[in-house]
Amino acid sequence: MNLTLRVWRQSGRDDAGRMVTYQVEDVSPDMSFLEMLDVLNERLIVEGDDPIAFDHDCREGICGMCGMVINGVAHGEQRATTTCQLHMRHFEDGATITIEPWRAAPFPVVKDLVVDRSAFDRIIQAGGFVSVPAGSAPDAHSVPVRKEDADAAFDAATCIGCGACVAACPNGSASLFTAAKITHLGLLPQGQPERLSRAKAMVDQMDAEGFGGCTNTGECTAVCPKGIPLDAIAQMNSDYLKANTK
Amino acid sequence: MKYSEGPEIRDTKAPSGPVEERWEKRKFSAKLVNPANKRKLNVIVVGTGLAGGSAAATLGELGYNVKSFCYQDSPRRAHSIAAQGGINAAKNYRGDGDSIYRLFYDTVKGGDFRSRESNVYRLAQVSVNIIDQAVAQGVPFAREYGGLLDTRSFGGAQVSRTFYARGQTGQQLLLGAYQALERQVAAGTVTMHTRHEMLDLIVADGRARGVIVRDMVTGEIERHLADAVVLATGGYGNVFFLSTNAKGCNTTAIWRAHERGAYFANPCYTQIHPTCIPVSGEYQSKLTLMSESLRNDGRVWVPLRMNDTRAPGDIPDEERDYYLERIYPAFGNLVPRDIASRAAKNVCDEGRGVGPGGLGVYLDFRDAIARLGRPAVEKKYGNLFEMYERITGENPYDVPMRIYPAVHYTMGGLWVDYDLQSTIPGLFVIGEANFSDHGANRLGASALMQGLADGYFVLPTTIGDYLAAGPFGDVDDEAVAEAEIRVRTKIDRLLAVNGTRTPDSFHRELGKLMWDYCGMERTEESLRKALERIPELRKEFWENVKVTGTNEELNQVLEKAGRVADFFDLAELMCLDALVRTESCGGHFRAESQDADGEALRDDEHFAHVSAWEYTASGEPVLHKEPLEYEYVKMTQRSYK
Ligand SMILES: Cc1cc2nc3c(=O)[nH]c(=O)nc-3n(C[C@H](O)[C@H](O)[C@H](O)COP(=O)(O)OP(=O)(O)OC[C@H]3O[C@@H](n4cnc5c(N)ncnc54)[C@H](O)[C@@H]3O)c2cc1C
Ligand code: SF4
Ligand code: FES
Repeated sequence: MNLTLRVWRQSGRDDAGRMVTYQVEDVSPDMSFLEMLDVLNERLIVEGDDPIAFDHDCREGICGMCGMVINGVAHGEQRATTTCQLHMRHFEDGATITIEPWRAAPFPVVKDLVVDRSAFDRIIQAGGFVSVPAGSAPDAHSVPVRKEDADAAFDAATCIGCGACVAACPNGSASLFTAAKITHLGLLPQGQPERLSRAKAMVDQMDAEGFGGCTNTGECTAVCPKGIPLDAIAQMNSDYLKANTK
Repeated sequence: MKYSEGPEIRDTKAPSGPVEERWEKRKFSAKLVNPANKRKLNVIVVGTGLAGGSAAATLGELGYNVKSFCYQDSPRRAHSIAAQGGINAAKNYRGDGDSIYRLFYDTVKGGDFRSRESNVYRLAQVSVNIIDQAVAQGVPFAREYGGLLDTRSFGGAQVSRTFYARGQTGQQLLLGAYQALERQVAAGTVTMHTRHEMLDLIVADGRARGVIVRDMVTGEIERHLADAVVLATGGYGNVFFLSTNAKGCNTTAIWRAHERGAYFANPCYTQIHPTCIPVSGEYQSKLTLMSESLRNDGRVWVPLRMNDTRAPGDIPDEERDYYLERIYPAFGNLVPRDIASRAAKNVCDEGRGVGPGGLGVYLDFRDAIARLGRPAVEKKYGNLFEMYERITGENPYDVPMRIYPAVHYTMGGLWVDYDLQSTIPGLFVIGEANFSDHGANRLGASALMQGLADGYFVLPTTIGDYLAAGPFGDVDDEAVAEAEIRVRTKIDRLLAVNGTRTPDSFHRELGKLMWDYCGMERTEESLRKALERIPELRKEFWENVKVTGTNEELNQVLEKAGRVADFFDLAELMCLDALVRTESCGGHFRAESQDADGEALRDDEHFAHVSAWEYTASGEPVLHKEPLEYEYVKMTQRSYK
């Protein structure tokens, strides 16, 4: 396949940035999207040009490091798929593909397609944990957990912290990410003691980082590679409300 | 490559006495640090995977002043996140005859009698606490309808002791450790440095006292000083270019420590995982593992005939060779990884491989679907099937999966004693980065166990014994300056070459060479060839690599070039180690050392030792042997027939 790529290039935080067009030839349909970019970058290096910077690590959809807005959609149009899992067989020969970084004020661009998502770590710092020092835990079987609860907690816990939900949201809200953690821990008996204080601290931190509010557009869950459902946000709001009226 | 032999290592600091009492004994004899003193003691932890994340969180909780580093943008992205299958623990919740002793026994045997009994026993003991800790943190392990934890049996084990969270056990365990770590960041006991790469170790007055790191966003070279340094930087499987490791996994931190004086143990012990998705083309950037739990229900086969090009569904049962079930009737599809991998290579070498280039075997769920029904199979393996289809475009419910072995894990690593301390005082090494517990072959679901055992339970105790004598005072300025100059010189050198080949093109070539000559099967001839070829390629690298841009920016080409440069040196030591060890054991298969059935043949008389390599400036390493003695598990030739 031959493709035209329009890629966002920005040398650093203070650069205004611009779209730059590249032609790539002989792309195999079995290549992953990132392998296609690797091939382009190899060429750019040999030609002495600055290759396109992008974040990636595991390349199997679990570390949450990769992320690009592809043809206007976070992680591309393929549902429930991270950028690194996207394969070229889903594109037409001769197509033009636009590639941009996550765009949201709390995620400043570091270079090209690389953004700073440290705000997510700070939301977790605010309360996304169960306080349990190493060595103090009771036997794992001392508290049975209903299978339904364990499964639902797992589903919420699969969030990879990629930030696509923020990039897709017209308000730049981090509600889906934050709610996923609140739901995961809030569904388990181990998470109960800190449940309300956790919800309050995390939501307040999310606001302090400058993420927008949720208006239920559902764009987040549509792009979420792990299919975190919108219900999680309702759960978060309910816990948050309870925390504030307590 | 020349080498010489130095004195044996006789004392690993393990207490004596009955094996089940040794860890208790060590814990009791370890000096305690006065709580008021802890805040004055600085500890650097490099790496935020299961080992480093759990260690930094625990040390912070204990009150030490911790600095934590990782090269990703968040500690949650460490490669441990990708572990799929599960974590072992001797809980015996099933009452199926498991015990600490059995896990110990299985691990020593699985490691082909090349690990230490004391360490392995401790690992089995501590395994029990890990599950308790993880559950208390809210790790959502799979559960049964009664609300209790579910387990499964995993490659090579005849008891069901593997705890799991669907196909994402590593993710859930790492998030538990990450959350504990972030809690300490909020508490102010841990300072987190993301997008920082450790490029050198500061050794002053014979002690590890800090690290030189590069801020990967600004290029700034920073010095961080401490009373002790912990390396938890993971494995070096990426020396093969293609592996199941994340793209950023590297050897730089441990190699630099090796150059500063830490011995490197058993570098040639590499684990090849039997169930990975085969290579599809030249551009391939990494290999994806399909969890080995698939072998519980999937059956491995190839056509009986050579070059059989029929679609798998058109090949009748009597023309299929379920070779693992045929050769190993007792264990069948569940034989250990090295055996399954080599068997796959053998049938492909015979010309019976399937898929592009004949480098693949089938992993077939037809019978499991017929027996259990599709919904049951879907529930167990749904996400793995989906992952497979995403990559290959084929649906494993209809067509058998194609799998082929790939490099997965490195049992070798920096040598550590029972306290997990390297040969540099004050430098501790944990997780996959050390060599300690798996011998010549690691059992499935035991790496997560070891990483968390090291980080939550072992290191926090043993490092206290070292730190009790601290704080160690000011660090000699000259030692710091020297380390910094070394880092700057190397970066300047890389930027100055301005050749015509990319770092990746060298890495690919080195990886291919290692796979061909130091991969699943090694011979004297292949290893000699590699040892001849690696220095030539390294020379070309330093004369012809092209690194674009400057140091003072986010520069992924520069990062890559630095890592590839270190892989060359490591590759050489791996080949030397493999050449010197003329026996076969675990993941190290020397074609010259096999029995009549083609099984690995150990040579206990000459090789029942750890090979610990000392770096010397002349480039000629010194080999120190640590003899291995077995008081409990009788040395036998492994047999899975
Ligand atoms: C695909 C896959 C599946 C697996 N499945 C299982 C399984 O089911 N069960 C099991 O027990 N094991 C499994 N393993 C093995 C297991 O996941 C690893 O051995 C283990 O997670 C390693 O943990 P670690 O903490 O030692 O290192 P890692 O998790 O690799 O962490 C390394 C850390 O070091 C940092 N780092 C590295 N170099 C530097 C540097 N120079 N400067 C700064 N930071 C640095 C990284 O940023 C990272 O934070 C699997 C491995 C793979 C590849
Ligand atoms: S909720 Fe989904 S989109 Fe948002 S960070 Fe988590 S995985 Fe990514
Ligand atoms: S690179 Fe890890 S999720 Fe894409």
